[in-house]
Parts: sequence; structure tokens; C-alpha cells
Amino acid sequence: MAEDAILGYLATHEEIPDSGQFASQHGLQHNDVVNVIKSLHGFRYIDAQDIKRESWVLTDEGKKYAAEGSPEVQLFLAIPPEGSISKDELQKKLDPSVFKIGCSQAGKNKWVDMGKQVSRKVQHVEDKVKDLLIRIQDGQVIGKDDINSLKARKLIVAQTWKGYSVRKGPNYAPRRKKVATDLTRENLQRGDWKELEFKEYNFNAKGPPAEAGHLHPLLKVKQQLKNIFLQMGFEEMPTNNFVESSFWNFDALFQPQQHPARDSHDTFFMEAPSTTRELPEDYVQLVKRVHESGGYGSRGYMYDWKREEANKNLLRTHTTAVSTRMLYALAKQPFAPKRYFSIDRVFRNESVDRTHLAEFHQIEGLVCDRGLTLGDLIGVLNDFFSRLGMSKLRFKPAYNPYTEPSMEIFSYHEGLKKWVEIGNSGMFRPEMLLPMGFPEDVRVIAWGLSLERPTMILYGVDNIRDLFGHKVDLSLIKRNPICRLGIN
Amino acid sequence: MPTVSVGRDRLFAALGRSYTQEEFEDLCFNFGIELDDVTTEKAIILKEKNLKDENLSLDDEVIYKIEVPANRYDLLCLEGLAQALRIFNGQEGITRYTVANISKESMLKIHVKRETSLIRPFVVCAVLRGITFDEAIYNSFIDLQDKLHQNICRKRSLVAIGTHDLDRLQGPFTYEALPPPKINFVPLKQVKNFRADELMEFYKSDLKLKKFLHIIEKSKVFPVIYDRNRTVLSLPPIINSAHSAITLKTKNVLIECTATDLTKAKIVLNTMVTAFSAYCERKFEVEPVEVISFDGNSSVYPDLSEYNMEVPLSYITGSIGVPLEVDEVTSLLKRMQLRAEQAGLGDNNISVSVPPTRSDILHPCDVMEDVAIAYGYNNIPRRKLSSLKPLPLNQLSDLVRYEIAMNGFSEVLTWILCSKKENFEMLNRKDDKSTAAIIGNPRSSDFEVVRTSLMPGMLKTVGHNKDHPKPIKIFEVGDVVLLDEKKDVGASNRRLLAALYCGANSGFELIHSLVDRIMEVIGTPFVEAGDNTGYYIELSDEPEFLLGRQAKIIYKGRCIGIFGIVHPEVLNNFDIPDPCSFVELDMESFL
Repeated sequence: MAEDAILGYLATHEEIPDSGQFASQHGLQHNDVVNVIKSLHGFRYIDAQDIKRESWVLTDEGKKYAAEGSPEVQLFLAIPPEGSISKDELQKKLDPSVFKIGCSQAGKNKWVDMGKQVSRKVQHVEDKVKDLLIRIQDGQVIGKDDINSLKARKLIVAQTWKGYSVRKGPNYAPRRKKVATDLTRENLQRGDWKELEFKEYNFNAKGPPAEAGHLHPLLKVKQQLKNIFLQMGFEEMPTNNFVESSFWNFDALFQPQQHPARDSHDTFFMEAPSTTRELPEDYVQLVKRVHESGGYGSRGYMYDWKREEANKNLLRTHTTAVSTRMLYALAKQPFAPKRYFSIDRVFRNESVDRTHLAEFHQIEGLVCDRGLTLGDLIGVLNDFFSRLGMSKLRFKPAYNPYTEPSMEIFSYHEGLKKWVEIGNSGMFRPEMLLPMGFPEDVRVIAWGLSLERPTMILYGVDNIRDLFGHKVDLSLIKRNPICRLGIN
Repeated sequence: MPTVSVGRDRLFAALGRSYTQEEFEDLCFNFGIELDDVTTEKAIILKEKNLKDENLSLDDEVIYKIEVPANRYDLLCLEGLAQALRIFNGQEGITRYTVANISKESMLKIHVKRETSLIRPFVVCAVLRGITFDEAIYNSFIDLQDKLHQNICRKRSLVAIGTHDLDRLQGPFTYEALPPPKINFVPLKQVKNFRADELMEFYKSDLKLKKFLHIIEKSKVFPVIYDRNRTVLSLPPIINSAHSAITLKTKNVLIECTATDLTKAKIVLNTMVTAFSAYCERKFEVEPVEVISFDGNSSVYPDLSEYNMEVPLSYITGSIGVPLEVDEVTSLLKRMQLRAEQAGLGDNNISVSVPPTRSDILHPCDVMEDVAIAYGYNNIPRRKLSSLKPLPLNQLSDLVRYEIAMNGFSEVLTWILCSKKENFEMLNRKDDKSTAAIIGNPRSSDFEVVRTSLMPGMLKTVGHNKDHPKPIKIFEVGDVVLLDEKKDVGASNRRLLAALYCGANSGFELIHSLVDRIMEVIGTPFVEAGDNTGYYIELSDEPEFLLGRQAKIIYKGRCIGIFGIVHPEVLNNFDIPDPCSFVELDMESFL
């Protein structure tokens, strides 16, 4: 309707100067006209220029008075022409707000005498307010003083009227071509796809959100790391045992019973099941002896090793507890070299902050072979970390109770322009390996790091709680890209 | 690979014993040939003619179709095959073939004319003297020519074989190349005389021969062999003359091979004469023929000399991976028709004589292979290369995770530790102290207990993601810990899978369909209640779910999980305003 009217009118006229007038001339709603103008302008059938006009419209109160008369006139008319009426009686005849406003206005106009008894002062009054309101409603212009007084009584408010002036646009046609938004089965069946003209597609906006499932970013990184280990010939260790005895978590690693890591401030000890039921007794004796008095060329720690300490159950503080079990089992077989890895949950009794959680994932790799050297360790670390995109490494001497030598691994961060610690490594101590029964020339080199740290760097997450746990924003899980670690 | 058809009974007779089919298949398998098909002459002909008539009076003899390696031309006939197997079985020693000791003067001669170099430059000949044919031998003799023509002779283009009744001819012979109109003879199976050019025209309609015509068709001269009386022996590589055709009664056979490749011609001639010299009066002896070229050069064929090779023992044992002594290797090689002996006293080299039948032996690696075959591939101790063993539980978990993500669920990773309240009360569950591992020294109530279900973590995730657009579809595959008397430490992990739907409605059916999908990817059929071969669903009564909208998943007769609409009280406990459905099941039951 409106579209035909606009395009038709422009066929014979240069311009529609005012969309408002045009609407009323053609008996159209201005809103409809505006919508059509916007659409036609979008397709450049027409060029539209904004027009703005200030105008006055009635408030709800104003509309009421325009229909029913002003309160002062209503009050005036309620007073009998002759004599008087008591104020109480008059109040009963009128709406409370009409009575209140009417009293004050009629008084101000000096139309009535206000006392206990109310009477008319003049016999005839004109409802000027009502007239003015009706004139505004009709779009007529009234004087500035009148406007101000009506505005002061909150009977009218200013309104900006928006419309358009319209001329032909570059794509003008007296009739709009049908534009298609999509190719449909009907188009193909009818064969009218040949005539279809497509609506311009807005490539500046993104497509609608895809419906999809998503993998957790931390586990995507884990998968890539797993692939890297497999490519390097490492076999995965079974790490699905969170509850561990102190023996396998600490003692078997030649970690003395007084070591601060074994403190309850760092480790979750179990209330149930509180102690382990069994340990390999022969091996326990060897471990006890190496702690107490050494052997295998070692002086030992020279203290009373307590079985009760070893029996205490805990939540494993590192996956090295599993590595220890694996090595112990390996030592029982005729010797064959092995490469093991694991990536799984470990637990520390720490307070939670931006970078620490009570649980996180440890990545661990170890190589067990005859005659391994520190050179092998550095070599395998270079291979491993360069696959993660960290090829500039250096190693800092460090202390670790079960490795000697121990090395902290630092990588040069190109973005931060500094060396950052990325993991820990070392050769397992003879006091750990020999009681297991390994031949003397068998050495084990190992390294570990957390999964969270490289993932946070990779995905630009700076609070660990945004990555892992129930407070993670599900949108983060959905947004993150594939993990390209190990793909160069 | 070429296939040789031999009569089973004749083969067994030649092998000196009979075999069940299975035994014979084993023998073939170990020797490196294969019994491809067992059929009868009758069946073959019926099949060829596409007939079903059983009443054809044809031979019912069982035929073995045996596939042989493409480089073993000596195995292309029953004679060679049987001999090789007999020697392999240790039933007989290695055959020594000899060339009859004849003076140059009395030797048959063939003169090669210069023009032959324009079309087919080489010819080699030999004579089988005093041969005795019967029908089977005769057929085998013809078949072998066919097989050779098909294989090494590359459809006669490289080599063509002609065999003749020598008694109907008179040497010396000439190998010439003449313009076709000058060649005139009665070809095999014809009675009429043909001019060579007419003959070519005539054979264009011959199904068998027309495919060989192209070899000489365009040449100005055709190769032809004459005897001293200008009797045509053959027009190679197309046809022999009828005059000298061999019959069952033929006693002396002249074999001529014309060729464009001399080496292959020699191999073909050797293969023919070695296989059939067994039927000669002087067994395994072949009468030579002198080939005198137009330029005066002369050679005597066949060349039955053995090729000698020295192979280090260490090369053989090192390649096969079996420690063998020299004498073991030499006796193994004898079974493969290779005469072998220690090269010298205390020497670890083995000197090997390769007989004329074994043109496939090129390099010590071929000798090594024969040692391995004779030793028995399946007797070689297996050496395990270092390799990695996957963890089935982790592999399976990952595969199922991907499937669930493909189903439109997003993965969450929640904490193992939680409060006792979250693990029990808030799920409407009672702690009977028999399931959960409890931490003695938690720093905060968030870490009191190791979860026994993935449910609290999932519900907490939903509670913390109130603003996330609905529906929320999340899943987790992770470990819980349960008290376990059987474990040294008294507790063990259990791998669970959980998925949750949260939206304007409960999504119960959606979770149900996820359960079906999981079972589908696990490969388990949906069965009727009580059937233990698949899975079925059974109403359950658990406090964390809404009554009437919760069910047990029974997999192979065991309850492995539950799904249902989460109980509104539980939702309230986790501060979730929208309905949720949840499934949790035990992944380890799928291992």
C-alpha cells in the first residue's frame, strides 16, 4: 500500500517533501510510511532525508481535560449559579484531584469565593485550557505563553517528530523487484531461480551461532600432548588411582618422612580409607633400610623410619607415585628399556587463588634405560618442548628429594621477553632405583610440568579458575580454537 | 600370478603319494604356491559354454588349479611342479641336466640369415631325442608352451616357441626373413597351402591367432624357418607348418625359439627341455643344436650350465633371524633345487650352484629367501619390535567423549573434590559411610570428600552459568573414587560418564536419546527387559531424581547407570531455576 503510493507518487513527482503530510494526504499511517521509506532507501530505490520537528503532545492528564474540560471549569459548573454550596458537599460531587486542582485554579482566576460555603463570583466562564488542549491535539500552533502555562501544569510535553523527505534513488523503479533471501526447493521446482534477484547479503555481520558440541580446552591440549608423547615412543601409564599410600607417594621415592611436602599443610591425608592394607614387604624392608642407614653407596638419612607414616593414605601429590609403581613392576622383569608418560589429576592441600587450585593435571614423562646421561635428559627435553613450540631452553640446578641431578626447565618467552619456568626434571636417585632391583647401570630420567600452565598461555586465560572447575564460563568452552600443539 | 591346471591324480602319482586337499594346501602354502581352485574338466567346459547339461560325456578327472610365482617358469607344468615339490619334500635329490656329448660335425645346425635382424633376430634350438609321449605328457607339453607364451614370452612378442617332429625334417635348417609372398606352406591344422600374406589375412578371423598378427604384420619380411629341402618348419611367431607337427608317436622333437630377447629365449628353451627331458631315452639329457650366424659366429644351445654364487652364511642367518650352521643351510637349499656346499674348509661362505631351471635366482637374497622357505616361514621365531600398549579405558573414554560432543554436548571438567554436603545431602542422598573416600585435613569444606558421582560438579556448573543461553547441554567423562576392599589402599577410581540438559523444559527425552546413542556407538542392541544380550531401561527410585521420570540403564543384565529429571529439591539446593535432566553411567562396564 504505502510502498505503491510512494513509488507511484515519485513516478510523476520530483519529491515528497514531508512524509507526515504525505501519510495524511494518502490516508496512511505515518509509521507504515516510515518503515517503507527505510526499506526502499536500503535498496536505494529512493533517497530519504531526515526531517525533525518539535511539536507538543498532550499528557494523559491533558488528554483527560481535553475530553472532560479543565478541573477549574468542572468545579465552577458544580457550584450552583445562585446561592452557595458547602465545601464538603462540593468535594463529594467531584473527583478528588479535580476538586483539588479546580479549587486552586478557579481561585486563582477569581471565579469563585472559597470559604466554608462556596459561591460563584462570575456567572460565565470560558474553558480556555480545554480549547488550547484541543487545538494542540489538532496540530494547531498556539502562543508561547499558553504553551508555557500548559507545560507548567504538565498537561503537554514536547515531542520530536521524525519524518523524511524523499526523492528518487539510483535504483528507482515504479515497482519494487521481488528479491529473494534464499534459494528454496520451490524455486527449483518452479524453475524461477533463473529470474531470482538476491537480496544483498550482509557479510559484515557474523552468521548465526552454530549448534555444536565442544571439547574442553584443557582436554584438547591434553590430547595433543598425548599425541606428542606417542610420537616420541612413550607408553601411557594407568593413573586412575587418586588415593595412594604415603609409601608409594613418598617413601619409595626416597623422600624422608620429615620432608615438608609430607606435612598436612601440603598434602590431603585420608580419613577414610585412612591406611593402606598392604605393601610389598620385602621391598618395604629395603626402602626402610635405605632411608635409615643407606646402602648402595649412600649414607641414608639416618633416622627412625616409621611404618605407620608409610601406611598413611593420601590423595596423590604427583603422578610420580604411579611412575614408582610402574618402575617397581618393571624392575621385577628381565630388564627392557621403557618410556612412560601420563597426564592426570594430582592434589595439593593449597588455598585456591588465581594460579593455584587444590587439584591440577600433571604431565610426566620418563625414560628408563641403561647408561642414560644428563645429555639424554636435556636432549629429550629439547625434543619434547620444541614440539610444544618452546625450542629455546635452559636449565637451572635445583633440589628435588628423589632426583639428582635435578634441573628446573626454563624457556625464553618471546612475548614476555624473559625466561619463564616451565617444568622440573632430573635423574632418579640410586637410592630410589636400586632397592627396586634395577641393575646398577639402569638410569631413569624424568620430567614433569602442569597441563594448566601451557593451556593458560595458549588460550590467554589468566585465572586458573576460568579454565577448570564448575565456575568456568561455558561460553569459554565453546569459543576456544583447536589446539595446534605439535603441528608445525 | 600365473595359474597351472594339473590333473590331481597325475600330480599325486608324480609326487609318489596322495594327499587330502588340506594336506596338499599346506604343502603348497609352505612352498609358496597356492591351490587356487579345485574343479573338473567337465565343470570347466560347462562353465565356458555356459551350460548346465550334466550329461556331457566328459572327463570327470579332478583338476587342481595352482597359482605359482610369476618368476618361476619351471613350475608352469606338472613335470616341473612335481619335481620341485618332490625335491622340497626330500623325496629326491637335485636333477643334473646334461647336454649330449656330440661332435660339432654331427651336431644339427641352423643358419641365421642377415634379414632376420630386420624383424626377429634370434633363434635358439635343442632336440629331445627318444622321447615317449602319452596323451597326458603330450597335453602338458602343449600347455607349457601356452603358459610360456602367455607369461615370459609376453604373448609371443619376445619369444615364440615352435616344436617339430625331427624325423619329418632334415637339417641343416635356415632361419630366414623373406617377403611374405615368397613364403608358401600348409599351416598347422590346415590342409591347403597358404602364401604368408594370404595366411595373415586368413588368420584375422582366427580368435586364437589374430592377436599375434601385429607382431610381424607391418614388416616387409616375415621370419621363417626351412629345412635343407626348403620345407617350412614355422612362420614365427604365428604358426608352425602342418608337415612337421608333433604327434603322440613323435620320438624326436626339435624345439626352436625365435626371439627379440635372447636371454628370455634361452630361459624358455631351457624351461622346455629341462621339464621334458625326463621322458627321453637318456633321462635329463638334451641334444644340442649349433646356431650359426650370418656373420660366422656360432653358439651351441641349450646352455644348461649352472650359475655359481658365493653367499656368506651370516648374510643368510642375519637376514632370516635364525641361527643356522653351514650344513643346515646347504641341506635346506637342496630342498629348493639349489646345490650348495661349504665354500672351503672352515669357510663361512656357501657356494651355491644355480641350475638352469632357476632363472629367478639373481642375487644372494634369492638364495636367502629359499633358505627361509625351506626352513619354513612359520617356524621362524618371532622377534617383537618395541611397540606401545594403549590403555583401553583411556582410549574408550576419548572415543566416547568425541561421540557425545558430536551429539551437541559441550564438555566440562570439574573438580574431583567437593564438600560432603554437595556429595550427599544436596543430592537428597544419605551418606552410609560405605562409598566415599573422606579427606582428614581439608583446608576448606570444598575439599572434604572425593566425589562419588559427577553430579554435584555438573549441577554446580549449571548453577554458576545462569546467564548462559538455554538450553545448556554439557557432559563430563571423569573419575570418581569409591571405597574398595579389594585394593591395597582401600579405594579405587571408577570412570563415569555424565551428561546434563537444562532448559525451559526438562529435556528428559533428549537425555534418553543420548543414552540410546551411547549404546549405539558402543554397539549394544536395545533388547526386551530381562534379555542379557543388550541393554534395556527400567523404572528406578532414586532420591536425586523425580519419581516416574527416572530409570536404570541395564546393560548385559547389570545396572550401569541412571537417567532422569533432576528432583526439584536438588535443583533448588544448587540454586538452579530451570528444569534439568541428567544421566550418569559407568564407562568401565563397556571394557
